[in-house]
Amino acid sequence: MALLLIAFPLLAALVAYLVDSSTLRARMLPAAGTLHLLLLMVALRHWDSLPVNAWLGLDALGAWVLLVISTLFCICAFYAPSYLVLRVDRDSRIFCVSLLAFLGLASLLAQARHPGVAWVAMETTTLVTAPLIYFNRNRRSLEATWKYLLIGSVGIALALLGTLFLAYAAHFGGLEEPLHYTRLMEHADMLSRPWLRAAFVLCLVGYGTKMGLAPLHTWKPDAYGETPGIVGALLAGGVTSCAFLALLRIYGVVVAAGEGRFARELLVGFGILSMVWAMVFLVRQLDFKRMLAYSSVEHMGILVFGIGIGGTAARFALFHLAANALVKSVLFLSAGNIHRSYSSKTLPHVTGAIRRTPVSGWLFLLGFLAITGLPPFAPFISEFNIAAGALTSGHALAGAAFLVLLAGIFIAMSETVLQVVFGTPSHQRVRTPYSDTVATTAPLIVALGLAGLLGMWLPKPMHTLLDQAALLVNGSLPPGKGSPVPHASPILTVETHHE
Amino acid sequence: MSPDFLIALILLSNFTLVATSRVNKAIQIAVIQGVLLGLIPLAMGLGRHPHILFMVAAAITVKGWLIPFLLRRAIKEVQIHREVDPYIGYTVSLMLCALGTGLSLILAHVLPLKGGTQVILLVPAALATLFTGFLMLVSRRKALTQVVGYLILENGIYLFGLLLVEDMPMLVETGILLDLFVGVFVMGIVINHIRTAFDSTDTRHLAELKD
Repeated sequence: MALLLIAFPLLAALVAYLVDSSTLRARMLPAAGTLHLLLLMVALRHWDSLPVNAWLGLDALGAWVLLVISTLFCICAFYAPSYLVLRVDRDSRIFCVSLLAFLGLASLLAQARHPGVAWVAMETTTLVTAPLIYFNRNRRSLEATWKYLLIGSVGIALALLGTLFLAYAAHFGGLEEPLHYTRLMEHADMLSRPWLRAAFVLCLVGYGTKMGLAPLHTWKPDAYGETPGIVGALLAGGVTSCAFLALLRIYGVVVAAGEGRFARELLVGFGILSMVWAMVFLVRQLDFKRMLAYSSVEHMGILVFGIGIGGTAARFALFHLAANALVKSVLFLSAGNIHRSYSSKTLPHVTGAIRRTPVSGWLFLLGFLAITGLPPFAPFISEFNIAAGALTSGHALAGAAFLVLLAGIFIAMSETVLQVVFGTPSHQRVRTPYSDTVATTAPLIVALGLAGLLGMWLPKPMHTLLDQAALLVNGSLPPGKGSPVPHASPILTVETHHE
Repeated sequence: MSPDFLIALILLSNFTLVATSRVNKAIQIAVIQGVLLGLIPLAMGLGRHPHILFMVAAAITVKGWLIPFLLRRAIKEVQIHREVDPYIGYTVSLMLCALGTGLSLILAHVLPLKGGTQVILLVPAALATLFTGFLMLVSRRKALTQVVGYLILENGIYLFGLLLVEDMPMLVETGILLDLFVGVFVMGIVINHIRTAFDSTDTRHLAELKD
């Protein structure tokens, strides 16, 4: 099953490369996405019986992240055919191949049980997503692609060094290969501390570059700004989730080794810095796609902040991964529609979207409200609980800063968003023949609906999955591997999911 | 031949690299460095393990043959021979490289090494090479020389990996080399597109996007 999840999308990528009809190729995407999600559903039934020495397989954390990515991919895949019809002038072959290959590699990363394999998967993800950024084939997208490739490759090279440091920390302590995550966590006390700390710093910088944590995010506004909305959605919710997962794996080992305090301080620091940085650049941001990129920097900050706070906040940071991915897909795809309609992505050329493309305009507005924490959408639950976790666990200052930053970012973003959605029509507007259709809006409505649903109700199996994933992140192994896991979560006995 | 001798040669090649303005020569040195790296496991006397022999062969093939092949092809297509007017001049680069190497020696002293490690120079050389790669990445304007910088950076990491050469899983090591190759391949394609779009591979042109 593990192999099938990886091989199937890669095989589909190969078929997409060989198929000549672009219509057929575009239709393959939703088919492959749905099938992958179904396969994952089957695989999810066995996540708690993963053998310790397996090279590949789903544990709770990997399963949760892959579930998020697969769902996001499905949403984007259903949007893709209608988008590609609008862009018949562009060759969709490489586009479809890259998308499918990304799904396969994300599955590899989520199931990798060895830090080295995870690194290889992450690096390859960078390489297959680079052609997606160059989809528009102009100078600006070329610049974005070059920055993405070069900065991403250097960042990921540092993560490789970090991974080697981790291996040396084990070698130093007498723990020999193969260093599967489970083995590393079980024998974490054998790891050499100085090497382990250095390994974590390097991995944080390396995978942090791929996530786009400030100040390592410089490629992000360019890349997200110049790609089609659909690629932006996948990068912001998919590739970043992959990097986050790779970082969490290392973090779990560090915590298991008793160095959690050191790592948590770094994560909280990076989290706050990313939010501050994002807020500064969100003020008077005229380009609404770049605005979304900075919002992504902010949310990566929220993720590591939550993990750094630990306890329930870490659990809700994992939940936020799903919330962010879903809402970001709504935002990027609706922004893409608006961009298409106005043939521009900057103020003051784009104003009054609610009249010209009512559905996309509303979705963009609701997506903005959702991502900034309006109930009942999922980001509200996670942001609220991360703040509550910080305030109740002795991080009063950090928690207060977190809330102030959330409010500041809401205000900063609202100026741009309100202009785009409601602004009075200016004379500089261009009208293109694009108008909203069912095919270009329905996937977004589903995504927004899911985000709303997740904010109110988390199905029981997902609840369990999330709890177990949070346990792994916080450095403890599930009790009695292979045995059925009890449903009541040790972290969350008092607090239910919805408050 | 002792491994420390090979490593000293690698350190020397770092200096030559930052001081050269000819792109062709930079690639040549990167190739030499790659081959030297590949040979170190043999010099360490590990030639009797078949999986290490395989890794030596793979590293030399990728670093000494495939990647230079890609880079030379890119040179032919983009027709550049010299790195003109780098952000940091050659003399300053040399001095920075010397400084970086010195700092690496000090830094490596702080990191504890497992008893019985024979190759003393490995960790400082890895850090110094890493630093040289960084230096080239940030100080050069031509896309192609930046790729060479990336290669040197990877070489530094590979040097560190040699500490673990005996028990690193082959799957991982092959994956790393494969990714390096594909990475340079993709960068080569992008460089070619940059040349067509801007009629130059100077990355100064790539400065349109900002806030």
